[in-house]
Amino acid sequence: MATKGKPPKPEELSKISYTPPQRNWMDIPVEFKPGMYCHATRPKYLEAVGMPFPRDWSPADADWKLPDNWKEIILQGIKERLMKYRTFHVFMDICVRCGACADKCHFFLGGGDPKNMPVLRAELLRSVYRKYFTTSGKIFGKAAGARELTEDVLKEIWYYYFQCTECRRCSLFCPYGIDQAEITIIGRELLNLLGLNLDWIMGPVANSYRTGNHLGLEPHTIKANIDFMLDDIETITGIRVETTFNRKGAEILFIGPSGDLFGVPGNYVTMGELMLFHEIGLDYTWSTMACEGGNFGFFTSMEVAKKLYYKIYSEAKRLGVKWILGGECGHQWRLMNQYADTWWGPPDFLEEPVSPITGTKFENAKGSKIVHITEFTADLIKHGKLKLDKSRNDHLKVTFHDSCNTSRAMGIFEEPRYIIKNVCNHFYEMPESTIREKTFCCGSGSGLNAGENIELRMRGGFPRANAVKYVREKFGVNMLANICAIDRAALPTLMDYWNPGVDVCGVHELLGNALVMTGEIERTLDLRGEPLPGKGGAE
Amino acid sequence: MAHIEFKGKQIEVDEDGYVANLDDWSEELAVYMAEKDGLTLTEAHWEVINFLRNYYQKYQIAPMIKILVKEIGKVMGPDKGNTKYLYELFPDGPAKQACRYAGLPKPTGCV
Repeated sequence: MATKGKPPKPEELSKISYTPPQRNWMDIPVEFKPGMYCHATRPKYLEAVGMPFPRDWSPADADWKLPDNWKEIILQGIKERLMKYRTFHVFMDICVRCGACADKCHFFLGGGDPKNMPVLRAELLRSVYRKYFTTSGKIFGKAAGARELTEDVLKEIWYYYFQCTECRRCSLFCPYGIDQAEITIIGRELLNLLGLNLDWIMGPVANSYRTGNHLGLEPHTIKANIDFMLDDIETITGIRVETTFNRKGAEILFIGPSGDLFGVPGNYVTMGELMLFHEIGLDYTWSTMACEGGNFGFFTSMEVAKKLYYKIYSEAKRLGVKWILGGECGHQWRLMNQYADTWWGPPDFLEEPVSPITGTKFENAKGSKIVHITEFTADLIKHGKLKLDKSRNDHLKVTFHDSCNTSRAMGIFEEPRYIIKNVCNHFYEMPESTIREKTFCCGSGSGLNAGENIELRMRGGFPRANAVKYVREKFGVNMLANICAIDRAALPTLMDYWNPGVDVCGVHELLGNALVMTGEIERTLDLRGEPLPGKGGAE
Repeated sequence: MAHIEFKGKQIEVDEDGYVANLDDWSEELAVYMAEKDGLTLTEAHWEVINFLRNYYQKYQIAPMIKILVKEIGKVMGPDKGNTKYLYELFPDGPAKQACRYAGLPKPTGCV
């Protein structure tokens, strides 16, 4: 959101050279380019969560004020993680440097820096691993691809591990299945042992630890924001929708990303959800203590991620709900689908989720007990439970951006598309190599959606924007739909930069527009409060 | 942490120029910050800044942009109740520039 300084103009930025330098990569020192990295975390955020080495420092400074034994801490950290995570050990050993991943990374495609080839990004850490943990590396050094861990090496790892959005597109193309995101995750964990995190990540972590959401919305603020949206819904539909907070005994706990309770276009997603739950008479409640699907702790370390997510289940237990319904959030689904079960095992105080409206059992959520809202809504549509007027979205030509985490970590491809096709008459797909499991990142995920790294974000988002440009020119697409709050925060800036005129929305905003509610007035406004063309509003 | 020198006092600000401690804020400081950006604060600017400060006192966060737009429309007239008007007042965006002058911290997360 905050944008300090302007990136170069698109014409400048799109002049990208992919020619690698002549010298060996190890001989090229890292250069911190403004616009390509984020501010260091303030010490108070680390202190709030009890993380080590809080201090004032800046990435641009020569002296990072590292503790004297920093090298020992990192090497011990690597050692512990090699023992703890089998994947990490395997990924350190098995890469054959075939280069299949090289041109799959959005940061390499948008920037041309060879150290953003996933293979080379991993090599920054692998070279250290070889030096201290393999016999060949210890004996042959550089000839075996090994190097000493120096402060410059540490800085290089910091610079490039915060130029990876953990999107996992590269891993899809790796013949060995190396998950570069896992390497970045471990790399960031190691940096956090020295207090080397970003302000944009640690701020939300500290907020979430205190209030249960990234923004730091307190209970009365959450209620006030939702009440405001209920007023808008009443203006648009003539219906006073009710909702409840912290209600014990509700059947379902709803948890969406807090960004949807604060910013636009996220607000319109929440409005669509509130309208939907009202129309089907869902027995649900919000928690003002756990009001965040996202988890910036995941971009910090596994321990911090666990700390933040524990609130979701403890609130579900406290309120005595049967299961949890999750909103349009991205990395929430990577965590819930791939980590939660391993951390805690299936929560025994919750039931296997069943839709109270259709009776559908969500067997895929048997372990985590948390259902993605697009699964829930697509099921309602499939069973004919919703009355929908597609024509209310006729002014929109929509394409769908698969979020990295919902697609590659959970395989949610059809559900959002099914909803969109049932609520819109004009839907167009971007090229096959840029959607579904091959989707291109928004360029701002994993806590990189800050303002000071705007050039990095515009470069990283270039491949996605380029695919949007294609459907815009071919079909006149003017709306980019998605199911992730970081997308809704990041893509509007990306579109303004590369494709002015293309707007961004969540899927449940489109649903809210089309949803015919019992007793509603004739709709003349969309959820944004704009006149609906051809519906009594202005053309 | 960076500082700005104001009336012989060092005011702590973050890298983007947001005041670190709410108590360091004063009307003169807001005027000074705006002047440095080549902006003269008018009554219309003050409507927004004062609303932001009052809202923050109550809710510990800046208001949703929708709330700000509606409030300004109420006070300044319906033709002013839109984001376009707010951007005319604060070219870098009401959420950023106006919050900075009002001494509010910038929101972080999926925003």
